[in-house]
Amino acid sequence: MPIIKVESLFYRYPESDSPVLKDISFAVDEGEFVIVTGPSGCGKTTLCRCFNGLIPHFYGGKMDGVVEVDGLQVSTTSTSELSMHVGFVFQNPENQLFSLTAEKDVAFGLENLGIPRDEMRKRVDWAMETLGISNLRDRLPQELSGGQQQKVAIASVLAMQPKIIVLDEPTSSLDPYSAKNLFEVVARLNREFRITIVLVEHRLDLAAQYADRVFLMQDGGLGIQGDPRDVFSREDVRLLGVGIPKSVLLGQTIEAEGFKLSSVPLSASEAAELLRKCVFS
Amino acid sequence: MIRIEGLSYTYPTGIQALKDVSLELRDGEFLAIMGENGAGKTTLVKHLNGLLKPTSGRVSVDGVDTREASVASLSRTVGLVFQNPDDQLFSETSEDEVSFALKNFGFSKEVMEKRVSWALNLLGLERYRKASPLMLSGGERKRLALASVLAWDPKVVVLDEPTVGQDHNQKEILRQFIVQLNAQGKTVIIVTHDVEFVAECAPRVVVMSRGRVIMDGEARRVLCDESILGQASIIPPQVAQVFYMLQDLGFPRDVINVEDARRFIVARVRPG
Amino acid sequence: MTLRVLDGLKFRKAASPIHTLDPRTKMLSAAFFFFATVLFSEFLPLMILFMVQLPFIAAGRIWKEWARSMRGALFLGIMILVMNLIFSQGLVYSIAMTTRFLGLLSSFSLFFLTTSPDDLSLALQKWHIPYELCFAFTTAVRFVPVLANEAQTIVDAQRSRGLELEKGNFIKRIRNYIPILVPLIVNAIRRSLDLAEVMESRAFGAIKKRTSLFELRLGSGDYVAFLLVAVGVALVLYARLGVKIPF
Repeated sequence: MPIIKVESLFYRYPESDSPVLKDISFAVDEGEFVIVTGPSGCGKTTLCRCFNGLIPHFYGGKMDGVVEVDGLQVSTTSTSELSMHVGFVFQNPENQLFSLTAEKDVAFGLENLGIPRDEMRKRVDWAMETLGISNLRDRLPQELSGGQQQKVAIASVLAMQPKIIVLDEPTSSLDPYSAKNLFEVVARLNREFRITIVLVEHRLDLAAQYADRVFLMQDGGLGIQGDPRDVFSREDVRLLGVGIPKSVLLGQTIEAEGFKLSSVPLSASEAAELLRKCVFS
Repeated sequence: MIRIEGLSYTYPTGIQALKDVSLELRDGEFLAIMGENGAGKTTLVKHLNGLLKPTSGRVSVDGVDTREASVASLSRTVGLVFQNPDDQLFSETSEDEVSFALKNFGFSKEVMEKRVSWALNLLGLERYRKASPLMLSGGERKRLALASVLAWDPKVVVLDEPTVGQDHNQKEILRQFIVQLNAQGKTVIIVTHDVEFVAECAPRVVVMSRGRVIMDGEARRVLCDESILGQASIIPPQVAQVFYMLQDLGFPRDVINVEDARRFIVARVRPG
Repeated sequence: MTLRVLDGLKFRKAASPIHTLDPRTKMLSAAFFFFATVLFSEFLPLMILFMVQLPFIAAGRIWKEWARSMRGALFLGIMILVMNLIFSQGLVYSIAMTTRFLGLLSSFSLFFLTTSPDDLSLALQKWHIPYELCFAFTTAVRFVPVLANEAQTIVDAQRSRGLELEKGNFIKRIRNYIPILVPLIVNAIRRSLDLAEVMESRAFGAIKKRTSLFELRLGSGDYVAFLLVAVGVALVLYARLGVKIPF
């Protein structure tokens, strides 16, 4: 059952002549984990903002085509309504936290929606527990590391109980350990709570293994999409300059030598296992 | 020649960011400094142009003790490119931006004009000469910041997290550019936690954790040491991880790129 | 040195009986000290008013920060002393004026050091100040340290390009700050746009009646404080109207 439906989407920013999104169509099923990637400037960030209503309501501009999210038409539904269906985690951890304690930030969206205090308390505790940050509840935002700040941001989104969470390059400023940890947390939300995940990322080496599907954007259009193992094995994708995980490249180089691997490795452990099974046994 | 001897630094707030760091860098070396957030990497490089003066120990650049020189004079030799270009871009045009440092350093008008053209061309920004830096994309602003530092031709170029926010293509172009700078004789220091990028560049690698240097050596050795990297919140390159997991089959612990991995595997399975 | 005064106006988290008091109670107490201090020009009562605050400062566990701010204010205090002496106001009066200044500063310091901006915001909302203003206030406070760090980074970046802030004549020195101010302001504007996007995504402004995770509730400590303030008002009025003050 598609929870996100996009048909012939065109979008042009207000002061611009040329469209940033050109004729995009796709569907995402409920519970899917989708990675959107592509070179800088291809429109990934713009596309994301069409899911929670920032486009067209916050940014203006001209949007043509259909974007339907959890049964709602984005063009005619307010961002506040959409925020209960689609949560958005932004790139910069610092600029997503307004309050002076982590706990108040997690409650922020709920306060805005007028959720009664008892319900709010339950949801805030649950969200912080799920993200493993209950011990950070009284901390000031500047006392938190980038990774912790992002977890508070995700908790504040999770508390609003959306069916879809969109993350726009959430690990951009994080060190590799924190990035890996963040992806694991997001993958857990996807598995345990069936939350549909749309993740925009360049750091495919850490994230690829969690994705059900990869969308490759180019120049405002959606060029290639499919199973990450298929997409990353393609020659034309490699030539596009996408950061294909080294494990995939290793697999390809070995196969070029005449060995047969039973699948495409997306992570180091998969690559090691395949080498052990198919080459060294 | 940069010499760091027993450098310790404590911030006015009381936090000790560097503990007894010693390092020597010859002219023309290529160095990557890696470590977790808060390890002291940026604090360390800020000592190279005198922004910070040692609490104890000594830092000297080409024989000059940094305590006895101004930031401006040390910056002539050591060009520091900060992580966020928006923390330095302020001029009305890209041209003005690049000439800012040249004016500060007292270059003559003719030399300034030549250097500005050279720097803009080098970074592919000539067509934005009269454009406002605010009009440029994120990647272009990063290049403009780099151009404005290279313009005065410092002997040492330090890049703080140059790959953050860049896509794969941009990173590849940057890597080639850095290698070229180093080939031209410049000492290049990159501060980063992008381990795959460092694996591709294969420079000398210094790993820092909690204010100390915990390892210093060839990329091939350093990037395969799981326990050292773990202390600094760094994940080894994927190829190194694969080889680590296959140690029991006799896989070596010094392979960090796909090409070397292929060579080893082929030699192993088809000896002779 | 004088900037140290600002240290005494920043909230410092601690577990103390003063911290747990309702911000409205603290505002009332600060107002009492303010009016009482203004009511007297004689040294003795002003000194008493100053000393009365000390046990509360001890109870609030904010000695260090309070002392830092007092040290910073010393310069201004001495200026007031000197100015008054120059205008032939007599030694006792001049000292009284200095005491008044320090007493006022101390009461503000006591208030701000023990009241979190979040609680203050809740109190203001209870007094029907629009939420948008309270939100702007707490968000501003939250980002002050971020902006301070950013300013330092910008100064470092520009100094690394040869900018020497201390060089040049008066006009040149002012112009030296343009490369600091422009990035600071541009970044602040960029940050505001980012924040607006996030606010929109978290349903800010969705409904008029916003709820709140925390609520202000008056406790026994607050009632004790009210009592003390009432007693204080009585004593102050008596002292002003019914008693002859020696000096």
